Amino acid sequence: MINAIKLWGRYARQAVRSQLQYRASFIMRVFGQLVLHALEAVVILALFDRFGSIRGWRLPEVLLFYGIAHISFAVAEGTARGFDLFPRLVKSGDFDILLLRPRSTALQVSVSDFQLLRIGRLAQGAAVLAWGMLTVNVAWYWTHLLILLSALTGATCMFYALFVFQATASFWTVESLEVMNMFTYGGVQTTQYPLEIYQKWFQRFFIFVIPLGCVTYLPVVALLGREDAIFHSPVWLQTTAPVMGVLFLLASLYLWEFGVRHYRSTGS
Amino acid sequence: MKPYWAIFKTRCAVMLQYRTAAVAGFCTQLFWGLILVMLYQALYHSSSGPKPMTLPQVISYIWLGQAMLLVLPWSNDRDVMQMIRDGGVGYELIRPVRLYGMWYSRFLATKVVPMTMRSIPIFLIAIPFLGLQPPASSPAAIAFAIAMLFGILLSTSIVVCMNILFFWTVSGEGLSQLLMVFTFLFSGTYIPLPLLPDWSQPIVSFLPFRGLMDIPFRLYLGQLPVRELPRLMQGQCLWIIFFVLAGHLLLRRGLKLVVIQGG
Repeated sequence: MINAIKLWGRYARQAVRSQLQYRASFIMRVFGQLVLHALEAVVILALFDRFGSIRGWRLPEVLLFYGIAHISFAVAEGTARGFDLFPRLVKSGDFDILLLRPRSTALQVSVSDFQLLRIGRLAQGAAVLAWGMLTVNVAWYWTHLLILLSALTGATCMFYALFVFQATASFWTVESLEVMNMFTYGGVQTTQYPLEIYQKWFQRFFIFVIPLGCVTYLPVVALLGREDAIFHSPVWLQTTAPVMGVLFLLASLYLWEFGVRHYRSTGS
Repeated sequence: MKPYWAIFKTRCAVMLQYRTAAVAGFCTQLFWGLILVMLYQALYHSSSGPKPMTLPQVISYIWLGQAMLLVLPWSNDRDVMQMIRDGGVGYELIRPVRLYGMWYSRFLATKVVPMTMRSIPIFLIAIPFLGLQPPASSPAAIAFAIAMLFGILLSTSIVVCMNILFFWTVSGEGLSQLLMVFTFLFSGTYIPLPLLPDWSQPIVSFLPFRGLMDIPFRLYLGQLPVRELPRLMQGQCLWIIFFVLAGHLLLRRGLKLVVIQGG
């Protein structure tokens, strides 16, 4: 385990160094990313400017959701890039090489690529979250911070798991499954607002099938001391809900191992 | 015109092969559209008072946006970028057609085919089931089609410009990315343009990006009267001319940077 973490760190350093080689280009692209995603925040501002509130949620509260969604997605997207590109590995038959090495395949795939570029999204997410935290009506005790941190961790695990699921599917399909984008990118779009604004079937989907609601909506409800309008769940459940993210990630890794056993090389 | 037509046709045939991508894209966009529709339903339910658009209009606008999403000037043709990177552009220069015209017809096909494959099924589902209203009147439908056509031509002229920018690798990439970002906000993809703050409306209606989606959509909804069409088209045409001229200029300068090695 220690060895695996060290290895991961070494790969990460390597990737960071190589991506910083073309510094001007890198800064430019990070800036581009930042502006691109900042526009999504601008849209929210414009909507609140026009409508005032959304089902009783005010701007600072929604900014918390936005910040959590974007930070966790940026971290997951940046580190799970290897899984995102995995279908190519299957298609070319290069996955065989990974199977020969005496390390777990999930580890090797996860370190095969890092996208430092996502710092752009991370930065604007963090800025929005900070803004939300400063303007929202909450006295920030350490318990609040702990809940926020668990939401961030849970959400990151969730998004990471979605990338793993997407990659695992390509053991069977060989092609990349772009339909999964619905749940990754669609997931960010969904979670940047409180889940209760959506229709019933949609809320249930994001609680029971892909439990993104458990890692964002429920903890934030607890954080703000609001009533959970979907299930009227007790507070202890709301604060422990982010564990679902970790469980979901473990499930995805389990399925991954199952996929690896199923794998038949396309190469010769 | 003939060689350009041939390029257009072959490229269309190539694009028709990406049918699974079209299916995946279709599902993703339905899902995306549903999220947006629910968002606006929630917004309209929590606020009263006059709004620049009614909720049914906003819902129609969203589905039109999903149907026509691929009109947006994404540089979705990696080949040209690759060509510029690896010097393959040298071969393009040998061909007895104008480079700009060749690229223009190529990008036009890259745009038209996926867009058609994407939009027809969305129309077929969204009109009966998802709250997309039919066009306000038959003149409105015709006006929509005409404005959409000009939107596609405008989009292609922007895409060609963006790709030519790749001659300047580093700064070009950043610039074309920035251009893409602005199209997102100011075309009406993220948010129906009338809902943007009132003070921003003059800026929004001056910018070229409105011609890609917002103008045709509002003609469709009857929010812009059909008699405005000539004036609106004039705006679209001016921006098309602007981007075509800019493209020619950039291409001429860009080609000066090309050094061809080997023979």
